[in-house]
Amino acid sequence: MNKSDLIESLAKKLPNLAGRDVEVIVNTIFESMTESLRQGDRIEIRGFGSFEVRTRKPRIGRNPKTGMSVEVGERKVPFFKVGKELRERVNKAVI
Amino acid sequence: MTKADIIEQIYEKVGFSKKESAEIVELVFDTMKETLEKGEKIKISGFGNFVVRQKRPRIGRNPQTGEEIEISARRVLTFRPSQVLKSALNKDEIAEF
Repeated sequence: MNKSDLIESLAKKLPNLAGRDVEVIVNTIFESMTESLRQGDRIEIRGFGSFEVRTRKPRIGRNPKTGMSVEVGERKVPFFKVGKELRERVNKAVI
Repeated sequence: MTKADIIEQIYEKVGFSKKESAEIVELVFDTMKETLEKGEKIKISGFGNFVVRQKRPRIGRNPQTGEEIEISARRVLTFRPSQVLKSALNKDEIAEF
C-alpha cells in the first residue's frame, strides 16, 4: 500500500469528505511528523509506535569505488519503535 | 508530539473542526494498523516504508542468567526512513526528490 492507496482507502471510509481533502489531511499528518522530528522532538502515537531522532557519531567511511577514506560527520537518523498493540497485532498471525 | 498535536495541526492548517480532525487522524492510524496486521507493507513517499518481516525461531540467551531459550518465529514491524526524511534531519542539500 502506498500513500495514494491509503488516501483511497480512507476516502471510501469517509464518503462525506472530498478526496482532495483526505489527501491534504494525510499529507499534513506526515509533514507535521517530519517537522516535529526535524526539531528533534519525539513523536508518540499510542497503540502505533513512537519515533525519535538518534545521533550517529562521526566516523571514517570509505568510498567503496576508490577505497579512499572520507570523514562522515555526525548524522541524525530517525528511529521507530513499534507500540505494544501494533506489535502484538502484527505478530498474531504468524504463519 | 502526540496524536493531539497532529489533530491540532489538521485543525489549524486544513480547517476541520477538532472533532472531525480527531476522527480522521484516528482513522488514518487505524487503517495503517489494519494493513500492517495483514502483513502488507506501507510506503509513504517522502517519509518512509513500514515493512512487516518474518523472523525464524532462534536461540536467545537470558543475559542475566546465561540460560539458553528458544525465541519463537514471529513477525515484526520495521520502519525504513526515506532518503527525504533522513536528509531533512540533517539539513542536506538533496532534500528534494
